[in-house]
Amino acid sequence: MIRRAVIAFATFVLLAGPAAALQPPAGQAPAGQEGFVQIDELPKDQQLPAAPLLIAAYAFVWVALMAYLWSIWNRLGTVEAEMRSLEQRKRQRDGS
Amino acid sequence: MRKLFLPLTIVTAALFAYAPIAIANAPYESTMLLIQKIFYFHVPAWIAMYSALFVCGIASAIYLFKGRVEADRVAVAAGEIAVLFGLIGLVTGPLWGRKAWGVWWQWDARLTTALLLELILIAYLMVRKYGGPGSEKLAAGVALFGMVDSVFVYKSVDWWRTVHPKTSVVTSLGETAPAMMPAFALCAVAFVLLMTLLLMLRVKLAQQQATLNDMYLADEE
Repeated sequence: MIRRAVIAFATFVLLAGPAAALQPPAGQAPAGQEGFVQIDELPKDQQLPAAPLLIAAYAFVWVALMAYLWSIWNRLGTVEAEMRSLEQRKRQRDGS
Repeated sequence: MRKLFLPLTIVTAALFAYAPIAIANAPYESTMLLIQKIFYFHVPAWIAMYSALFVCGIASAIYLFKGRVEADRVAVAAGEIAVLFGLIGLVTGPLWGRKAWGVWWQWDARLTTALLLELILIAYLMVRKYGGPGSEKLAAGVALFGMVDSVFVYKSVDWWRTVHPKTSVVTSLGETAPAMMPAFALCAVAFVLLMTLLLMLRVKLAQQQATLNDMYLADEE
Protein backbone atom coordinates (compact mmCIF):
# COMPACT_ATOMS: atom_id res chain seq x y z
CA MET A 1 0.00 0.00 0.00
CA ILE A 2 2.80 2.40 1.01
CA ARG A 3 4.74 1.37 -2.10
CA ARG A 4 1.75 2.22 -4.33
CA ALA A 5 1.31 5.59 -2.60
CA VAL A 6 5.01 6.42 -3.13
CA ILE A 7 4.76 5.47 -6.85
CA ALA A 8 1.64 7.61 -7.26
CA PHE A 9 3.29 10.58 -5.52
CA ALA A 10 6.48 10.24 -7.59
CA THR A 11 4.45 10.04 -10.82
CA PHE A 12 2.51 13.15 -9.82
CA VAL A 13 5.74 15.09 -9.04
CA LEU A 14 7.37 13.97 -12.29
CA LEU A 15 4.36 14.92 -14.44
CA ALA A 16 3.43 18.12 -12.60
CA GLY A 17 6.56 19.95 -13.74
CA PRO A 18 6.12 19.42 -17.53
CA ALA A 19 2.35 19.92 -17.26
CA ALA A 20 2.85 23.27 -15.51
CA ALA A 21 5.44 24.27 -18.10
CA LEU A 22 2.98 23.53 -20.93
CA GLN A 23 0.31 25.85 -19.55
CA PRO A 24 0.04 29.16 -21.40
CA PRO A 25 0.90 32.25 -19.35
CA ALA A 26 -2.03 33.86 -17.53
CA GLY A 27 -4.15 36.06 -19.80
CA GLN A 28 -2.99 34.31 -22.97
CA ALA A 29 -5.39 32.19 -25.10
CA PRO A 30 -4.65 28.43 -25.47
CA ALA A 31 -2.81 27.28 -28.60
CA GLY A 32 -5.04 27.34 -31.68
CA GLN A 33 -7.31 29.99 -30.24
CA GLU A 34 -4.93 32.94 -30.32
CA GLY A 35 -6.95 34.74 -32.99
CA PHE A 36 -10.31 34.32 -31.26
CA VAL A 37 -12.08 37.59 -30.55
CA GLN A 38 -15.60 37.97 -29.22
CA ILE A 39 -17.86 39.27 -32.01
CA ASP A 40 -18.83 42.40 -30.07
CA GLU A 41 -15.13 43.12 -29.40
CA LEU A 42 -14.34 43.33 -33.12
CA PRO A 43 -13.52 46.74 -34.58
CA LYS A 44 -16.63 48.50 -35.90
CA ASP A 45 -15.52 48.21 -39.54
CA GLN A 46 -15.20 44.42 -39.22
CA GLN A 47 -18.61 43.84 -37.63
CA LEU A 48 -21.46 42.66 -39.87
CA PRO A 49 -24.22 45.27 -39.63
CA ALA A 50 -27.60 43.90 -38.57
CA ALA A 51 -29.82 46.72 -39.90
CA PRO A 52 -29.49 45.96 -43.68
CA LEU A 53 -30.25 42.26 -43.05
CA LEU A 54 -33.24 43.14 -40.87
CA ILE A 55 -34.57 45.65 -43.42
CA ALA A 56 -34.04 43.12 -46.24
CA ALA A 57 -36.02 40.49 -44.31
CA TYR A 58 -38.98 42.77 -43.60
CA ALA A 59 -38.91 44.21 -47.12
CA PHE A 60 -38.95 40.72 -48.64
CA VAL A 61 -41.98 39.75 -46.51
CA TRP A 62 -43.95 42.77 -47.76
CA VAL A 63 -42.87 42.45 -51.38
CA ALA A 64 -43.77 38.71 -51.42
CA LEU A 65 -47.16 39.32 -49.81
CA MET A 66 -48.01 42.23 -52.12
CA ALA A 67 -46.89 40.29 -55.20
CA TYR A 68 -49.08 37.34 -54.23
CA LEU A 69 -52.06 39.58 -53.48
CA TRP A 70 -51.59 41.28 -56.87
CA SER A 71 -51.39 37.86 -58.54
CA ILE A 72 -54.72 36.78 -56.99
CA TRP A 73 -56.46 40.05 -58.03
CA ASN A 74 -55.01 39.74 -61.51
CA ARG A 75 -56.14 36.13 -61.96
CA LEU A 76 -59.55 36.92 -60.47
CA GLY A 77 -59.93 39.87 -62.84
CA THR A 78 -58.97 37.72 -65.86
CA VAL A 79 -61.44 34.95 -64.95
CA GLU A 80 -64.29 37.43 -64.33
CA ALA A 81 -63.58 39.25 -67.61
CA GLU A 82 -63.63 35.91 -69.44
CA MET A 83 -66.95 35.01 -67.77
CA ARG A 84 -68.47 38.34 -68.81
CA SER A 85 -67.29 37.94 -72.40
CA LEU A 86 -68.66 34.38 -72.53
CA GLU A 87 -72.04 35.55 -71.19
CA GLN A 88 -72.12 38.40 -73.69
CA ARG A 89 -71.31 36.02 -76.54
CA LYS A 90 -74.09 33.69 -75.40
CA ARG A 91 -76.58 36.56 -75.19
CA GLN A 92 -75.65 37.76 -78.69
CA ARG A 93 -76.02 34.24 -80.04
CA ASP A 94 -79.41 33.78 -78.33
CA GLY A 95 -80.58 37.15 -79.67
CA SER A 96 -79.60 36.48 -83.29
CA MET B 1 -67.74 33.98 -45.37
CA ARG B 2 -68.28 37.19 -47.32
CA LYS B 3 -69.61 38.94 -44.20
CA LEU B 4 -66.45 37.98 -42.30
CA PHE B 5 -64.05 39.24 -44.97
CA LEU B 6 -64.29 42.99 -44.28
CA PRO B 7 -64.07 42.86 -40.45
CA LEU B 8 -61.17 40.39 -40.73
CA THR B 9 -59.39 42.69 -43.19
CA ILE B 10 -59.78 45.66 -40.84
CA VAL B 11 -58.50 43.72 -37.81
CA THR B 12 -55.56 42.29 -39.78
CA ALA B 13 -54.61 45.70 -41.19
CA ALA B 14 -54.77 47.22 -37.68
CA LEU B 15 -52.55 44.45 -36.29
CA PHE B 16 -49.98 44.88 -39.07
CA ALA B 17 -50.07 48.66 -38.63
CA TYR B 18 -49.33 48.31 -34.92
CA ALA B 19 -46.76 45.49 -35.38
CA PRO B 20 -43.74 47.78 -36.05
CA ILE B 21 -44.45 49.71 -32.82
CA ALA B 22 -44.81 46.50 -30.79
CA ILE B 23 -41.63 45.07 -32.34
CA ALA B 24 -39.68 48.27 -31.68
CA ASN B 25 -40.88 48.31 -28.05
CA ALA B 26 -39.96 44.67 -27.46
CA PRO B 27 -36.63 44.28 -25.61
CA TYR B 28 -33.41 43.29 -27.39
CA GLU B 29 -32.22 39.72 -27.01
CA SER B 30 -28.94 39.93 -25.04
CA THR B 31 -26.62 38.15 -27.52
CA MET B 32 -28.16 38.77 -30.95
CA LEU B 33 -29.45 42.30 -30.35
CA LEU B 34 -31.09 43.98 -33.41
CA ILE B 35 -31.03 40.99 -35.81
CA GLN B 36 -33.21 38.94 -33.43
CA LYS B 37 -36.12 41.23 -34.39
CA ILE B 38 -36.51 39.09 -37.54
CA PHE B 39 -38.01 36.54 -35.12
CA TYR B 40 -41.30 38.53 -35.03
CA PHE B 41 -41.99 37.88 -38.73
CA HIS B 42 -39.94 34.70 -39.28
CA VAL B 43 -41.67 32.45 -36.72
CA PRO B 44 -45.23 33.74 -37.44
CA ALA B 45 -44.58 33.10 -41.16
CA TRP B 46 -43.84 29.46 -40.31
CA ILE B 47 -46.94 29.31 -38.08
CA ALA B 48 -49.01 30.58 -41.03
CA MET B 49 -47.25 28.07 -43.29
CA TYR B 50 -48.05 25.14 -40.98
CA SER B 51 -51.68 26.34 -40.65
CA ALA B 52 -52.08 26.53 -44.43
CA LEU B 53 -50.37 23.16 -44.84
CA PHE B 54 -52.74 21.50 -42.37
CA VAL B 55 -55.75 23.05 -44.13
CA CYS B 56 -54.33 21.72 -47.42
CA GLY B 57 -53.67 18.26 -45.96
CA ILE B 58 -57.06 17.89 -44.26
CA ALA B 59 -58.95 19.22 -47.30
CA SER B 60 -56.94 16.82 -49.52
CA ALA B 61 -57.89 13.90 -47.25
CA ILE B 62 -61.57 14.91 -47.48
CA TYR B 63 -61.30 15.10 -51.28
CA LEU B 64 -59.42 11.82 -51.50
CA PHE B 65 -61.72 9.78 -49.25
CA LYS B 66 -65.09 11.56 -49.68
CA GLY B 67 -64.66 12.95 -53.19
CA ARG B 68 -65.86 16.47 -52.33
CA VAL B 69 -64.81 18.90 -55.07
CA GLU B 70 -65.13 21.96 -52.76
CA ALA B 71 -62.50 20.41 -50.47
CA ASP B 72 -60.15 20.10 -53.45
CA ARG B 73 -60.56 23.83 -54.18
CA VAL B 74 -59.70 24.66 -50.56
CA ALA B 75 -56.70 22.32 -50.76
CA VAL B 76 -55.18 23.93 -53.84
CA ALA B 77 -55.74 27.41 -52.38
CA ALA B 78 -54.12 26.45 -49.07
CA GLY B 79 -51.24 24.69 -50.86
CA GLU B 80 -50.36 27.83 -52.80
CA ILE B 81 -50.48 29.94 -49.63
CA ALA B 82 -48.32 27.41 -47.75
CA VAL B 83 -45.68 27.78 -50.49
CA LEU B 84 -45.81 31.58 -50.09
CA PHE B 85 -45.32 31.54 -46.30
CA GLY B 86 -42.72 28.78 -46.57
CA LEU B 87 -40.77 30.95 -49.01
CA ILE B 88 -40.95 33.87 -46.55
CA GLY B 89 -39.62 31.61 -43.78
CA LEU B 90 -36.84 30.24 -45.98
CA VAL B 91 -35.67 33.73 -47.01
CA THR B 92 -35.92 35.49 -43.64
CA GLY B 93 -34.16 32.59 -41.86
CA PRO B 94 -30.83 32.85 -43.75
CA LEU B 95 -30.89 36.66 -43.38
CA TRP B 96 -31.03 36.10 -39.62
CA GLY B 97 -28.51 33.22 -39.74
CA ARG B 98 -25.92 35.29 -41.65
CA LYS B 99 -25.55 37.56 -38.64
CA ALA B 100 -26.32 35.10 -35.83
CA TRP B 101 -24.37 32.05 -37.13
CA GLY B 102 -22.00 33.71 -39.59
CA VAL B 103 -23.35 31.66 -42.53
CA TRP B 104 -26.30 32.05 -44.88
CA TRP B 105 -27.15 28.35 -44.90
CA GLN B 106 -26.23 25.19 -43.06
CA TRP B 107 -27.21 21.71 -44.31
CA ASP B 108 -28.49 20.67 -40.90
CA ALA B 109 -31.65 18.74 -40.03
CA ARG B 110 -34.06 21.71 -39.61
CA LEU B 111 -32.97 23.78 -42.58
CA THR B 112 -32.74 20.81 -44.93
CA THR B 113 -36.11 19.30 -43.94
CA ALA B 114 -37.76 22.74 -44.20
CA LEU B 115 -36.37 23.13 -47.73
CA LEU B 116 -37.59 19.62 -48.64
CA LEU B 117 -41.06 20.44 -47.30
CA GLU B 118 -41.17 23.55 -49.49
CA LEU B 119 -40.12 21.43 -52.48
CA ILE B 120 -42.88 18.89 -51.69
CA LEU B 121 -45.42 21.73 -51.71
CA ILE B 122 -44.07 23.10 -54.99
CA ALA B 123 -44.29 19.53 -56.37
CA TYR B 124 -47.95 19.45 -55.23
CA LEU B 125 -48.71 22.62 -57.22
CA MET B 126 -46.77 21.40 -60.25
CA VAL B 127 -48.61 18.04 -60.28
CA ARG B 128 -51.90 19.97 -60.21
CA LYS B 129 -50.87 22.36 -62.95
CA TYR B 130 -49.11 20.01 -65.36
CA GLY B 131 -50.36 16.55 -64.31
CA GLY B 132 -53.28 16.52 -66.73
CA PRO B 133 -56.76 15.07 -66.09
CA GLY B 134 -57.11 13.15 -62.83
CA SER B 135 -53.96 14.63 -61.31
CA GLU B 136 -56.02 16.11 -58.45
CA LYS B 137 -56.07 12.77 -56.62
CA LEU B 138 -52.36 12.22 -57.08
CA ALA B 139 -51.72 15.78 -55.83
CA ALA B 140 -53.96 15.14 -52.81
CA GLY B 141 -51.70 12.22 -51.88
CA VAL B 142 -48.65 14.48 -52.16
CA ALA B 143 -50.38 17.03 -49.88
CA LEU B 144 -51.05 14.35 -47.26
CA PHE B 145 -47.40 13.32 -47.45
CA GLY B 146 -46.39 16.98 -46.97
CA MET B 147 -48.65 17.33 -43.93
CA VAL B 148 -47.12 14.28 -42.26
CA ASP B 149 -43.62 15.49 -43.19
CA SER B 150 -44.26 18.83 -41.45
CA VAL B 151 -44.24 17.02 -38.08
CA PHE B 152 -40.67 15.87 -38.77
CA VAL B 153 -39.67 19.40 -39.79
CA TYR B 154 -41.12 20.86 -36.59
CA LYS B 155 -39.58 18.25 -34.27
CA SER B 156 -36.23 18.03 -36.13
CA VAL B 157 -34.60 20.55 -33.78
CA ASP B 158 -35.54 18.45 -30.76
CA TRP B 159 -34.64 15.06 -32.28
CA TRP B 160 -31.32 15.94 -33.95
CA ARG B 161 -28.42 18.29 -33.23
CA THR B 162 -28.85 21.43 -35.33
CA VAL B 163 -27.66 25.03 -35.31
CA HIS B 164 -31.29 26.14 -35.27
CA PRO B 165 -32.90 27.01 -31.89
CA LYS B 166 -35.16 24.34 -30.36
CA THR B 167 -38.97 24.48 -30.34
CA SER B 168 -38.82 25.33 -26.61
CA VAL B 169 -37.57 28.85 -27.52
CA VAL B 170 -41.08 29.64 -28.74
CA THR B 171 -43.15 27.37 -26.50
CA SER B 172 -41.52 28.74 -23.31
CA LEU B 173 -41.21 32.34 -24.49
CA GLY B 174 -43.80 33.45 -21.90
CA GLU B 175 -41.49 32.26 -19.09
CA THR B 176 -38.03 33.01 -20.54
CA ALA B 177 -38.75 36.39 -22.16
CA PRO B 178 -42.25 37.55 -21.16
CA ALA B 179 -41.55 41.08 -22.44
CA MET B 180 -41.20 39.69 -25.98
CA MET B 181 -44.47 37.80 -25.78
CA PRO B 182 -46.97 40.61 -26.64
CA ALA B 183 -45.17 41.56 -29.88
CA PHE B 184 -44.75 37.91 -30.84
CA ALA B 185 -48.39 37.02 -30.09
CA LEU B 186 -49.59 40.06 -32.06
CA CYS B 187 -47.50 39.12 -35.11
CA ALA B 188 -48.54 35.45 -34.87
CA VAL B 189 -52.26 36.39 -34.80
CA ALA B 190 -51.74 38.90 -37.65
CA PHE B 191 -50.04 36.28 -39.85
CA VAL B 192 -52.70 33.62 -39.18
CA LEU B 193 -55.46 36.15 -39.98
CA LEU B 194 -53.62 37.20 -43.14
CA MET B 195 -53.32 33.54 -44.13
CA THR B 196 -57.09 33.17 -43.58
CA LEU B 197 -57.86 36.24 -45.72
CA LEU B 198 -55.58 35.08 -48.54
CA LEU B 199 -57.19 31.65 -48.33
CA MET B 200 -60.69 33.14 -48.67
CA LEU B 201 -59.59 35.14 -51.72
CA ARG B 202 -57.81 32.19 -53.31
CA VAL B 203 -60.77 29.86 -52.71
CA LYS B 204 -63.00 32.45 -54.41
CA LEU B 205 -60.62 32.40 -57.39
CA ALA B 206 -60.76 28.57 -57.52
CA GLN B 207 -64.58 28.70 -57.43
CA GLN B 208 -64.69 31.27 -60.22
CA GLN B 209 -62.32 29.17 -62.33
CA ALA B 210 -64.58 26.14 -61.80
CA THR B 211 -67.65 28.20 -62.80
CA LEU B 212 -65.84 29.40 -65.93
CA ASN B 213 -64.96 25.82 -66.87
CA ASP B 214 -68.61 24.82 -66.42
CA MET B 215 -69.66 27.75 -68.63
CA TYR B 216 -67.25 26.68 -71.37
CA LEU B 217 -68.59 23.10 -71.20
CA ALA B 218 -72.19 24.36 -71.38
CA ASP B 219 -71.24 26.64 -74.27
CA GLU B 220 -69.73 23.77 -76.26
CA GLU B 221 -72.88 21.68 -75.78
